[in-house]
Amino acid sequence: MAVFRPAVGDRRRKFKSHLMMLVLMAAAVLGSLPFLFITWYVLQKGLGAVNWDFFTQIPKGPGETGGGVANAIIGSGVLIFLASLSGIPWGMGVGIYLSEYSTGRTARILRFAVDLLASVPSIVVGIFVYGLIVVPFGFSAYAGGIALMIIMIPVVARSTEEILRLIPAHIREAGLALGVPRWKVILRIIVPGSRAGILTGVMLAIARVAGETAPLLFTSFGNQFHARGLNQATASLPVQIYTFAKSGFEDWEQQAWAGALVLVLFVLFINLTTRLLMHQRGAKGHAG
Amino acid sequence: MPADNFEREKAIVNLQHEILNVDNLHAWFGDFHAVKGVSLAVQQGQVVALIGPSGCGKSTFIRCINRLHEEVPGARVQGRVTIGGQDIYGRGADPVRIRRYVGMVFQKPNPFPGLSIFENVAVGLKLGGISKRTVLDEQVERALRQAALWEEVKDKLRQPGTSLSGGQQQRLCIARALAVEPPVILMDEPTSALDPISTAKIEDLLHELKKSVTILIVTHNMQQASRVSDKTAFFLLGELIEYGETSQIFTNPARPKTEEYITGRFG
Repeated sequence: MAVFRPAVGDRRRKFKSHLMMLVLMAAAVLGSLPFLFITWYVLQKGLGAVNWDFFTQIPKGPGETGGGVANAIIGSGVLIFLASLSGIPWGMGVGIYLSEYSTGRTARILRFAVDLLASVPSIVVGIFVYGLIVVPFGFSAYAGGIALMIIMIPVVARSTEEILRLIPAHIREAGLALGVPRWKVILRIIVPGSRAGILTGVMLAIARVAGETAPLLFTSFGNQFHARGLNQATASLPVQIYTFAKSGFEDWEQQAWAGALVLVLFVLFINLTTRLLMHQRGAKGHAG
Repeated sequence: MPADNFEREKAIVNLQHEILNVDNLHAWFGDFHAVKGVSLAVQQGQVVALIGPSGCGKSTFIRCINRLHEEVPGARVQGRVTIGGQDIYGRGADPVRIRRYVGMVFQKPNPFPGLSIFENVAVGLKLGGISKRTVLDEQVERALRQAALWEEVKDKLRQPGTSLSGGQQQRLCIARALAVEPPVILMDEPTSALDPISTAKIEDLLHELKKSVTILIVTHNMQQASRVSDKTAFFLLGELIEYGETSQIFTNPARPKTEEYITGRFG
């Protein structure tokens, strides 16, 4: 069996193979370095300013020490809640329609439109909502929530669609063959069966909007105090970080770092939870 | 839909001796003429095997009997199909209601993902409007016993249906179909994805089931057809070549094409 003995070109081939693998490995390691550096840097700079007051107090005046960003944390929560309230069901509806009902040309056009919406720069969304809501009604949590909702819808829609597409057609047919109307097959069998995957997309959409700054600058604006209602200008963590960071006061800059730390940890937490969910789904998904 | 009305209609269906009658059925996928003028009648309580080479229209044929064929984009049907004397393609006939009378088991075991064993069996009843816990428990147990799966799953009804083995999953799908008590069940190569032991279990099951249900089974396995069926229909290129008693088809077929196929000369 002389053909299987090492030949002259073999060493060269193996060397090339190893070299390529090393290049790719280096790319992968270098690609994840920024995240590690960011986390490390934010931890170093921000951890010092994280204390009880930081979470419970509102900002002190410029140049004064102490105070916190409680208003911004609550504000962010309110904005994310408002955005989710409409953005999640709306996005899911679009995703379900794209996956289950639309065919051919309509589907292609719709999917393209959703993709375009997903790639509109978030500051443009902010300006759009500014013209639509803020000009007639003023800065408010509503306006901020709507801006974030517009960013959320395409993210939720496409992830819902992708997840539903993973379910093979014969599962839907099995539902129809039981004498269940199509809409019930979708809403009561297919969607609940994909809940882990859909939830993953929803969580990632929440993580995405949690860090948005640009669309909030023109909509919820910002507030150094607690907002007195949803129709008031409302503080949010990203905008608060922005304001503090460019203020020039050392204490505020410290708190901007701490705010950044809280934001990074929040997004990290959502991503980790999502991972866990995905893992669970994989574990019980395709046995047998 | 009132439940008692549903029950009464089902009783009427059960009274008919000839449960299924297909008259000059044609089916298309776009331009492709998949089923060409098939006529056949099935007596209640029989098992009918549909045999023939791949692509001969057997699966399409049974998918016309629960009106699932028309769910495929571009698909079309023509002809007359009656179940218990009622025309299922007649004016105003509702495919959703028809499918409650005609259950289906698919080639690949396809329990609903994310639903437990119990939910998989109960889902047809639940979405049909039955919510009483005791009724559901009772019906689920009955269906699982009928599908010869109860003993294996009674202690793990809360586990996902997809956690079962392939053969168990297929019996779960049979239980799911049986739970709504359809008088007719269609089976599209139900054992082609299963090992011989699981296949034997399902074949045994068919003998039990035919006491209460009429079964149409598509199969590529000629031994299976001869073992499980009372009547056999041989399809070729969309046409029904021969239909008769299984014993006669396999020992003394009337048509030369049938003989060539069952003796393995083509297909």
